[in-house]
Amino acid sequence: MYAVRQWSVRHARGLNAFYRAFESALIRLHPLFKAIGYERLERPVAAVERQVKGLLFDCRMCGQCILSSTGMACPMNCPKNLRNGPCGGVRADGNCEVRPEMKCVWRQAVTGSARLPGGSEALRQVQPAVDRRLQGRSSWLRVVRERCGDLPQ
Amino acid sequence: MKFEDEPVPGQALPILPGHTSPGRFERLLRAGQFAVTSELAPPDSADPEDVYRRARIFDGYVDAINATDGSGANCHMSSLAVCALLTRVGYAPVMQISCRDKNRIAIQGDILGGAAMGVCNLLCLTGDGVQAGDHPQALPVFDLDSMSLLQTARTLRDEHQFLSGRKITFAPRVLLGAAENPFARPTEWRAARLAKKVAAGAQFIQTQFCYDVPMLRAFIDQVEALGLLDQIFILVGVGPLKSAKAAEWIRTHVPGVHIPDAVITRLRGATDQALEGRKLCTDLVQEIRSIRGVHGVHLMAYRQEETVAEIIDRSGVLAGRVPWRPGRDAQTNTDRKVS
Repeated sequence: MYAVRQWSVRHARGLNAFYRAFESALIRLHPLFKAIGYERLERPVAAVERQVKGLLFDCRMCGQCILSSTGMACPMNCPKNLRNGPCGGVRADGNCEVRPEMKCVWRQAVTGSARLPGGSEALRQVQPAVDRRLQGRSSWLRVVRERCGDLPQ
Repeated sequence: MKFEDEPVPGQALPILPGHTSPGRFERLLRAGQFAVTSELAPPDSADPEDVYRRARIFDGYVDAINATDGSGANCHMSSLAVCALLTRVGYAPVMQISCRDKNRIAIQGDILGGAAMGVCNLLCLTGDGVQAGDHPQALPVFDLDSMSLLQTARTLRDEHQFLSGRKITFAPRVLLGAAENPFARPTEWRAARLAKKVAAGAQFIQTQFCYDVPMLRAFIDQVEALGLLDQIFILVGVGPLKSAKAAEWIRTHVPGVHIPDAVITRLRGATDQALEGRKLCTDLVQEIRSIRGVHGVHLMAYRQEETVAEIIDRSGVLAGRVPWRPGRDAQTNTDRKVS
């Protein structure tokens, strides 16, 4: 929802802190997840993630979340899927070239990042091409597996 | 300007140390010349002569010709094909690649194909949204963005491999370019975005139309503060405005083009607005020429390409230098044939 998405950017700092805590909690659950089986967990966890992040960020379930690098503004809401900064078509009022009624996602990202510790540096990182195979999959589970060195290749 | 080791048109120059392409455009930039580029609007036609006719307009005035890739999301002859035609006769095209219409498989194929056809310069763009053009029903691809496109091209060139890691046997030897718009919001973040593009592989940029020199200077200052001025060749976009009315239309309808009120007032006050538009453009070129850290201008004169020669001539930025044009070496070629 657009209004909630705006709220999330305004509260980027709090949300990011909550997200960090949530992430550590999930990481602690890795042995349990592994016992149950990540593939078995994939669908239910992805469903919950879709609801929660859909509400807060208009999440598009790209499966490789970079919200904490983009000021809690989901870059996949950019009609051009830009993950590395705004395009050159941002309107004089700061709105999107493609969807004039929407604020440029990247203006939001710049604002949100300024509220995060180390946010501006994170914004300067070059983000690689998106792995389209991960579309619809849980980013939460992926992060846990990544952190625990358990990513399948 | 002629390099002593210049081969016959259409063939690659030797690659000098520190250069990444066998092209004249990189030679000029690295030699510290003030470069002039322009843009060829690809024809809605399958006739090669339509391409050559459009290129000839620039003969003797521009150092490289950009071949646009479905600009404004309108369908035209492909940039790869335009470039292939141009390199055949020796022109130095800048092949524009947009992420809108092709995924990474098609794009990497085009980069190899372009380089094989003699393309030495790429301009990596995100591209306009499909809603802007004549096929709003089309699927917007945007598999890569301009940044990951730069990385992809650099991976092909420097690591001799596709994004997948699969090796290629002969790497494309190209100069990598990108676009930047110092005049669009968030303006305070535009220099940082350029830094990302440099980190991703950009060696030159061509900017959006500049009608606001103080804003350009502010951007260049930011770029300098980031320590980037000696890492990137900056070519500033300029273009003649036909009338005050046209300028008004552009600034309200073309996203990302910033035209200050003073420009519109100046045009409105003129008896011949088109002439005033060309004068204004000439003034801009001269003013931009004097800014430290600017290496050239990119003159975009859509549907008034014939004005490019006049503007460049009057501005005097070439300082007597005559860019390469087909036939320049005709005498030399005849000599070669005889011997």
